[in-house]
Amino acid sequence: MEPTTETSDPPASAAAPDRHDPAVQLRGARLAYGPRPLWEGLDLDVHPGEFLAVLGPNGSGKTSLLRVLLGLQPLSSGTARIAGGPARRGSDRIGYIPQQRSVDPTLTVRGSDLVGLGLDGHHWGVGLRHRRARRQKVARALEAVEATEYARMPLGLLSGGEQQRLRVAQALVSEPDVLLCDEPLLSLDLAHQRNVSRLISRQAQQTGAAVLFVTHEINPVLPLVDRILYLVDGRFRIGTPDEVMTSAALSELYRADVEVARIGGRLVVTGTDEIDHHHVEADAS
Amino acid sequence: MNTLGEALGKLFDFEVTADLLTYPFVQQALLAAAALGLVSGALAPLVVARKMSFAVHGTAELAFTGAAAALLLGASVGVGALGGAVVAALLLGLLGQRGSERDSVIGAILSFGLGVGVLLLWMNPQRTANKFSLLVGQIVGVDSADVALLTGCAVAVLVVLALVYRPLLFASVDPDVAAARGVPARVLTPLFAVLVGVATALGVYTVGALLVLALMVTPGAAAARVTASPLVATVLGVVFAEAAVLGGIVLSLAPGAPVSAFVTILSFVIYLVCRGIGNVRLKRATRPPAAA
Repeated sequence: MEPTTETSDPPASAAAPDRHDPAVQLRGARLAYGPRPLWEGLDLDVHPGEFLAVLGPNGSGKTSLLRVLLGLQPLSSGTARIAGGPARRGSDRIGYIPQQRSVDPTLTVRGSDLVGLGLDGHHWGVGLRHRRARRQKVARALEAVEATEYARMPLGLLSGGEQQRLRVAQALVSEPDVLLCDEPLLSLDLAHQRNVSRLISRQAQQTGAAVLFVTHEINPVLPLVDRILYLVDGRFRIGTPDEVMTSAALSELYRADVEVARIGGRLVVTGTDEIDHHHVEADAS
Repeated sequence: MNTLGEALGKLFDFEVTADLLTYPFVQQALLAAAALGLVSGALAPLVVARKMSFAVHGTAELAFTGAAAALLLGASVGVGALGGAVVAALLLGLLGQRGSERDSVIGAILSFGLGVGVLLLWMNPQRTANKFSLLVGQIVGVDSADVALLTGCAVAVLVVLALVYRPLLFASVDPDVAAARGVPARVLTPLFAVLVGVATALGVYTVGALLVLALMVTPGAAAARVTASPLVATVLGVVFAEAAVLGGIVLSLAPGAPVSAFVTILSFVIYLVCRGIGNVRLKRATRPPAAA
């Protein structure tokens, strides 16, 4: 449990007082399938209300990090704690927002059902007790994301943006301490990307949930991000966007010349795609 | 043509029907059918949501194999069908966990089971009527011991279904989030397959192994067309299955025609009507994309 004195100390956490346990705490975390670790020596505190973007190329272990926090994947070594307790499967302390997928229009599920399942779908039984309290919680969550209007329509008839709004309500209805988002903006258009990411950030701040936001595209969430965890090929860097998204920092991470340019509030990163390709070739040989 | 005309003429001979309804064997058949309708109707919406139609078909073929084996050994057909269906359900649940290969696993097991069943029937020196009924159903053979077995199994399936209903629904309609929330799909998938297997084996008594889809799938597919509420879909599934199986038996009494024909026809008519209603409903519910 040694405290880390990396460059990872969050300036944003100054806003969050230390009277609470961190929402997410990793100490000496190492995850490996086989001999080569996805990442190791990972120390990370994410505080209530903080928005952490998790970036990195495919196969760098972003989704595996979420699986560790969900209690679905044990660490190879180190500890993972959620709101003061060990990460465990089926925890009520965690909300989860997946990618948007197309849904069959005749699938028998409506937005309100989805949100209700987010509240107690992992419990056994039919769920006949406490129906009134359940209905009220679901109604409040739907109202908070302004989805009441279409909450009784078949899920498959809703637009991707509407579905992701319902996902936010589903993830937050149990009032979790941590919101894990796995590429929730993928396959949404730009307007919906902006809407949904703002909604996630606003709702998380209102409920005091910490957000871990896995994405391969930083720009839609850049104005909302407090800190970034950037994973590349077993190495990582934690810091504010200004610290991590620089040519020097990314070049060091990728061990190659990476250029980061800021154009009109957007970050343009060049030189990483070639690197990915290069790594694949290097691994194959 | 003549016999068909005569049979259809008898269809509306209510006196004969009313008379037959007083016979104990008919009443027992109706009891057994009601139990079957309840179970299959309750399971059907989940079968449809999980895209398991083909798995139901495969399970039914192995229920037939089990029943054929029981017939040859002189054991209870019901127990044989149950054994076959449960073995099939476990095989499908264990071998076909990965969605990509589920289809081919079912195809391989189904055809093998059907082949073995045909061999077992051929080895059987008994008269043929009994053999044929395993495939297309017959109610005359249901005795009180069978009714007890059927209702016992039906109650067991319903109790287990009630216990696992919520996580099962979660994993069926929203698998990604359900997995993230710790719902154990690896346990629920084979468990649900066994529930379906037991229900399928019950169907061998009435509609027979080949036509069990009419009760295990069609009512759920029909319900999914007219409602998106899981609860309403379950209630409608039961109503549709009961209407098809009880109505089919009653209609088949006077002409003495095969039960399964009427059950499947009723079931299909219900499905067509629901599809019609559903098309109107879906069109009305689809708004211009600007409304997002």
